[in-house]
Amino acid sequence: MSKITIPLGPQHPALKEPVNFTLVLEGEQISGSAVNLGYNHRGIEKAAEDRTFLQDIYLIERVCGICSHSHTTCYITCVEELAKAEVPERAKAIRTLVGELERVHSHLLWLGIAGYEMGFETLFMYTWRDREQVLDCLELVSGNRVHYGINTIGGVRRDITPGQKAEILKRVAILEERTKYYVKLGTEEATVLARTRNVGLLPHDVALERGAVGPTARASAVKRDVRKDEPYLIYDKLDFNLITHNTNDVFGRLVVRVLELVESYKIIRQVLDYLPEGPIAVKVPAKIAPGEAVNRYEAPRGEDFHYLKSNGTDKPERVKVRAPTMANYPSVSYMLDGGYLADVPMVIAAIDPCMSCTDRAMVYDNKAGKVRVYGWDELRKYGIEHYKKRGVDFTKL
Amino acid sequence: MKIKDKLILWSRLKSPWLLHFNTGACNGCDIEIVDALTPRYDLERFGAILKSTPRHADVLVVSGPVTRQQVKRLKRIYDQMPEPKFVMAVGTCACSGGVFDGCYGVVSGVDAVIPVSIYIPGCPVRPEAVLDGAVKLLGALEASSKGK
Repeated sequence: MSKITIPLGPQHPALKEPVNFTLVLEGEQISGSAVNLGYNHRGIEKAAEDRTFLQDIYLIERVCGICSHSHTTCYITCVEELAKAEVPERAKAIRTLVGELERVHSHLLWLGIAGYEMGFETLFMYTWRDREQVLDCLELVSGNRVHYGINTIGGVRRDITPGQKAEILKRVAILEERTKYYVKLGTEEATVLARTRNVGLLPHDVALERGAVGPTARASAVKRDVRKDEPYLIYDKLDFNLITHNTNDVFGRLVVRVLELVESYKIIRQVLDYLPEGPIAVKVPAKIAPGEAVNRYEAPRGEDFHYLKSNGTDKPERVKVRAPTMANYPSVSYMLDGGYLADVPMVIAAIDPCMSCTDRAMVYDNKAGKVRVYGWDELRKYGIEHYKKRGVDFTKL
Repeated sequence: MKIKDKLILWSRLKSPWLLHFNTGACNGCDIEIVDALTPRYDLERFGAILKSTPRHADVLVVSGPVTRQQVKRLKRIYDQMPEPKFVMAVGTCACSGGVFDGCYGVVSGVDAVIPVSIYIPGCPVRPEAVLDGAVKLLGALEASSKGK
């Protein structure tokens, strides 16, 4: 059979950022794939060198709109380490709270996208409706829905009042109720199982070898979570479980994320309970002592890594960011290999790519020399139809 | 106005189809645009629906500063859309480059590459702002066709 090469991307209709995949097909099966990045390259690391440490918080926040708090907390911890600033306990607790609220919002968002990609649009609408609850909490705490801007060097900018505390607990209770339904749906619904079971397999040793992080790794039974391995903020005082799954497939990733939601609710309750009295920030001089610092943070998608070098002025000499999606791309090409074209949207969506985005795909038939253009949506429809013929139909739900 | 034009205007006002294109945004505006389409805000009650191909779209919703890699693609997508077409620049980055203005990978706002019909500022924009922008765009379209 002749091989067909498909470039996939870089424009996407619904969400996420641009990236381009090249897929080599043999019939319906994928025999090779490559990722091309850089459509979203803005030059943030260079721009960070021209701004002061304080201004950089707001720039680093805009690395990603979904895990913005992860990036700023990771960066700020580096700055505070160099400045030898003692962050108040209350500030640490508030950072943890916002971090967990962010995880809830990110995982709910992912669940919706996964539902959309598998053709289960009702699930997409449900989760995005419920997600509004957590966005309301974030708005209440920080004043903004997406870029919270709550971190500042030496602490946080806003305090939590008892009124806010009660409101958050109320909304978390609503979400917890809804999550029970998602757990049931994700683990029992036959149509969901048919689309996710044995799709995008990533065995345990391959996950280790390719350095997978976050829920992608944890679904391959890799016990890796920075919150447990190297507790930061107040995670060493909290009681929560490290969720892993051993099915190594998209189903495992779905289960890990949904169960992590439940853990996050637990953490939010504990943090609100713990919340020590005291100041929320300490003053840190604008000029930061020279030196180097690295820091790790468990973002919703996995381990986020920041490196910072200061030369004693008020501006950093070098900032380096390694986002979790980057670490997961080598695993994606493994997961795609040998899989079906119809499963591509599910496999790519399953790592929760923060930079992925694919719309047009061109099918190039080497033999006939013909070029066909596929859209992501078309590919998604193709996947849905492919499974409909095999009895997986969401319209009957 | 002829009956044919009236019909075309009516269908245009009642079903503005959107194409969303991320030219290098941080995802913040993108999730808020999708948020505007989901149950709480429900932009779909104005007949708007996200389409996946530029050939079906009336309104190009652009988020993010235009990166050098995306200039060519943005132009091409704009050219593929049928007339009359409108461009919504969503977010401060799309309006002017925002916080990324001056970065080596970024050209500038969307208007440096293609003409923009409506600017919606905010970092990120709120879903209410997206709704407001969409309604104002439709209102302007209706007003401009009067007296013809």
